[in-house]
Amino acid sequence: MVQSEAQPLLRVKDVAVHFGGIVALDGVSFEVARGRIVGLIGPNGAGKTTLFNCVSRLYDCDRGEIAFDGGSLLAVPRHRVAALGIGRTFQNLALFRSMSVLDNVMVGYHCRSRGGFLANALRLPHAVRAERRTAAKAREVLALLGLGALAAKPVAELPFGTQKRVELARALASEPKLLLLDEPASGLNHEEVGELGALIRELRERLQLTILLVEHHMSLVMGIADWVVALNFGRRIAEGAPHEVRLHPELVRAYLGG
Amino acid sequence: MRGRILFLGVLIVVACALPFLVSSYRTFQLTLVLVYAIALLGLNILTGYNGQISLGHGAFYALGAYCAAILIDKAGAPYWAVVPAAGGVCLVAGFLFGLPALRLEGLYLALATFALGVAMPQLLKYHHLEKWTGGVQGIVIAKPEAPFGIPLEADRWLYFFTLAVTLIMFVLGWNLLRGRIGRALVAIRDQHTASEAMGIHNALYKSLAFGVSAMFTGVAGALGALAVQFVAPDSFGVFLSIVFLVGIVVGGLASISGALYGALFIQFIPNIADEISKAAPWAIFGVFMIGFVYLMPTGVAGAIRLLLTRRRAQ
Repeated sequence: MVQSEAQPLLRVKDVAVHFGGIVALDGVSFEVARGRIVGLIGPNGAGKTTLFNCVSRLYDCDRGEIAFDGGSLLAVPRHRVAALGIGRTFQNLALFRSMSVLDNVMVGYHCRSRGGFLANALRLPHAVRAERRTAAKAREVLALLGLGALAAKPVAELPFGTQKRVELARALASEPKLLLLDEPASGLNHEEVGELGALIRELRERLQLTILLVEHHMSLVMGIADWVVALNFGRRIAEGAPHEVRLHPELVRAYLGG
Repeated sequence: MRGRILFLGVLIVVACALPFLVSSYRTFQLTLVLVYAIALLGLNILTGYNGQISLGHGAFYALGAYCAAILIDKAGAPYWAVVPAAGGVCLVAGFLFGLPALRLEGLYLALATFALGVAMPQLLKYHHLEKWTGGVQGIVIAKPEAPFGIPLEADRWLYFFTLAVTLIMFVLGWNLLRGRIGRALVAIRDQHTASEAMGIHNALYKSLAFGVSAMFTGVAGALGALAVQFVAPDSFGVFLSIVFLVGIVVGGLASISGALYGALFIQFIPNIADEISKAAPWAIFGVFMIGFVYLMPTGVAGAIRLLLTRRRAQ
């Protein structure tokens, strides 16, 4: 199947998710065009992370359709999502805390490397080669994010902001087409947020990424996103270029109440 | 790295010299240390590395032991062939047990594996299986003699045979754990949501970890049966499973060398405790156990690692 470049990389259509009686998402639709940075905004509980979890298949949708790169995602098992080209970070860090920085990032390459239990136990040549490639890839990504010097450090000993960066490196190691960033700026100071914005844009250029970004830092979203989707109470309330959405009356109401 | 290889070399030389320096009874005990080390490495793959607790690994040890004994007793299989056969049977059994166990975590998995451990001795006594298992009486097997006229008495020969198998199993385990699979197992233990998002098939890996773990323990069981020359249901009670768990915790969770320290502990500390107090050896054992985990909360292996990093830092 040939994918046209004009076709959106991610298409979310009429997605609904309920938790018991609570409606987390109620018929949300939007598209993420290739090469774009799309910001997903909205107050707490608007359903942003729920939507992320649907795209990475942690949650099942009760209704609707999610298509990635032309194929439906909803029949894909969770562990196959990374191999399709969807990488993600987590809102509250989800690193492998007992491992070194390098090992964390090497796990990120798992979906691109081969070699099962037997091949590894016997250290067959292809498993050895895969291991070397994995280490090289991880070091390359660490260097790209300026983490090279920390490779051997236990990840749990690093400050919060650095851990977030390691998580980003881990996601990039899987060579994603679509990168899902769940509040990458939380816990960072003003200066770090600025750096992060520049970094995200740079990564998009260098790695030809498409990025879907959940973020509370309005200045970051408005500064780097090409397109913004606003959610409130599980519904899409506005969509458009940042300068259009910023002043959208529904969004102003959602944030200020009333 | 070079220091480590040197250390391993010295260790192997010492291991080869030891049986000539001690009595054949001590040699027999050392054989059991190696046997337990393999079993503990197996349990450590599951519990230490993959985070799945098992209170029933004695059952896989028993299964391996009975496979060996039955194959020798009923089929006349050579002793060296029954060891991989027992490993294979336990690999399959462990994998199959691991499938339903996927739905259970933490204490619930502990209960399920405990059930397996409790049930095993009685399953082995089951009268329809008696013609194979020998029922309550168990099976007596002959001690293998050294081949090709090698001038070694049976105890020493079996020690070297067990040592060779131990080395193979430890190399396999080390290879498995230091690469892609080992990282995946630890990733599942540390953060199972993230591991799956990185493309690790959690369910498959956890079941395979169960299978591999049972295989190691089954190989140990087969070697143990050869060493003891006897299998009977009541030697594989649930106490054995608990002792294995004690072994990996005292030796060091998620540590390969920890399996050896743990094996030394569970083989020799009960003897020492017995010498200290005939009346209450298990109370003394308990004191040792508490002392060890108090002084070395990350196990003997963890304490040694800490010492080495401190020395290097100086």
